[in-house]
Amino acid sequence: MTVLCLIEQADGGAVADVSLRALTFARTLGGGVAAAVFGDVAAAGPAVGDYGVGDAYAVEVGGYAPQAWARALSELAAEVSATAVVAAGTDHGSEVMAHLGAITGLPMAANCVSARRGADGTLELVRQRWAGSLLEDAVLDATPALLTVAVDAVAPAPADAPVATAVHAFAPVLDDADLLVRASESAERSAGVSLATARVVVGGGRGVGGPDGFAVLEELAGLLGGVVGVSRVVTSEGWRPHKQQVGQTGTRISPELYLACGISGAIQHMAGCQSAKHIVAVNTDPDAPIISRADYAVIGDLNQVLPALVEALRARSA
Amino acid sequence: MEIAVCVKRVPMVGGKIVVTADGQDVDTRMSGFTVSPHEECAVEEAVRLVEAHGGGVTVLTLGPPAAADQLRDMLSLGASRAVLLETDGREWGPIATADAIVAEVTGATADPAAPASPDSSAAPASPDSSAAPASPDSSAAPASPDSSAAPAPHLPYDLLLFGNEAADTGDYQVPVRVAHALGLPCVTGIKNLEVTDAGARAKREYRGTEEVFDIPLPAVVSVKEGINLPRYPSLPGRLRAKRATIETRAPQWRADGLTKTGLRVPAGESKRVQILGNGADAVPALVALLEEVGVLS
Repeated sequence: MTVLCLIEQADGGAVADVSLRALTFARTLGGGVAAAVFGDVAAAGPAVGDYGVGDAYAVEVGGYAPQAWARALSELAAEVSATAVVAAGTDHGSEVMAHLGAITGLPMAANCVSARRGADGTLELVRQRWAGSLLEDAVLDATPALLTVAVDAVAPAPADAPVATAVHAFAPVLDDADLLVRASESAERSAGVSLATARVVVGGGRGVGGPDGFAVLEELAGLLGGVVGVSRVVTSEGWRPHKQQVGQTGTRISPELYLACGISGAIQHMAGCQSAKHIVAVNTDPDAPIISRADYAVIGDLNQVLPALVEALRARSA
Repeated sequence: MEIAVCVKRVPMVGGKIVVTADGQDVDTRMSGFTVSPHEECAVEEAVRLVEAHGGGVTVLTLGPPAAADQLRDMLSLGASRAVLLETDGREWGPIATADAIVAEVTGATADPAAPASPDSSAAPASPDSSAAPASPDSSAAPASPDSSAAPAPHLPYDLLLFGNEAADTGDYQVPVRVAHALGLPCVTGIKNLEVTDAGARAKREYRGTEEVFDIPLPAVVSVKEGINLPRYPSLPGRLRAKRATIETRAPQWRADGLTKTGLRVPAGESKRVQILGNGADAVPALVALLEEVGVLS
């Protein structure tokens, strides 16, 4: 009974938060947890022990090559007789697990939030649809069970007692086709505060009225040390670039404060901002869906509220 | 170049998702339908590539008869041919869906002739590509298990485009399964695609940097919204789409080991919104709140 977990690493090699969540999820499946580390295994070491990993496999394939990673996972899964293979539902995790599904011919359940072993040995799963706006109950009858873990579903929690992790080198058998698609990372790093990690996001929707209406949002975001985010209608109208879009098909944000102005609150938008600690809506319509999903609301026109707010903040810091 | 784009009909949900009384589906009595946003961008990207390089765009969908509406929408954006893999309304899992797409694009379910193209020199799948050793065998390989080691079937396309994941089921795997069945290279989540002399250069965002993939063609590429801004359909486009013939196939459904037992809306934290006030009069309360949550220095 071993659950094999794909580890993603942040810059510097620390285990990524999403993978700590995946490890937390993996422990709920029962049995031991083994980790597949494609990067710096030494840097990942202490954290994986804290999260209950008994065996860590250091796999060297030379950078990100999704099919090669999946091939290695399939070989490792056979070696450890894995009952499940788990990865975080990130771009890399989802892609590698899809390849693993194709290589093995097994089903892959994406974005799981919980799993329970049924009496007949099948897995009873809950997984996200519509980026978490809907939940699916499902039964997975396949071994190993291939699962990705929804990135916002499970809080990371270390094991009750840390484990001494045994590290093994693992050399997968790869062919040329496995290595054909390989990422090279461009040196360019985007400057400034990123939408995904900003502490404050000032959101603008259809209510902003047009491309010229964003100046006051930018000004407010600047005063709060935050960035501007927008709803899908704003990008599909071409008012603002897509990289500012918050939502299911844009960026997921988790700021301390999300000030959503002139945004009605379609489920696809809320899927991208539900991790915000405090949501404040400014909207003329007290019945807009976002009002019932917000913590605080101002009923009114953003074109009156925001300039007054900017003025008050300026006066305060003067 | 010849491009096939796979799209999915999904409910156009707004402020709220409602599940049917039997708990098995999204209630669509009050909503329209659309294609997943990533896929609309995939069609736009295909049309732009064909405008630049010649060739044609075939748009495919697997769905109920009414999914012909979404195919016509895509024809109005500039696709030249549409194929409906018709289902009886049951939900298809990713493995069965990939099988049906593979059978269609390799000609196993249709006339084996390549789609009509104004550019007769448009090359079909290169027979000597090291990535995809093509063979004249047009029998469809099943999408699973992995057949990447086997000779790939004949493919009359240079590029298969998908959305990164469907808006509703979000399975994140149909393009990858199709690529394996065809022995083709696959990149996903692409935000920038360029056809080069050697094949294609595809880029995507990754943790504040950009990942770049150089791949030979034919290939499978899934894209994300933001790769382009889809055009609005033109009036001639709409008229052409209305008159167009939609080719129909009848693939066989099969189970795949992952079985939905029900759908439900998550029980949200019972938030009770606190109204801070109306209009500019609410600003003092708003400033106090910003102070309280610690975002003012």
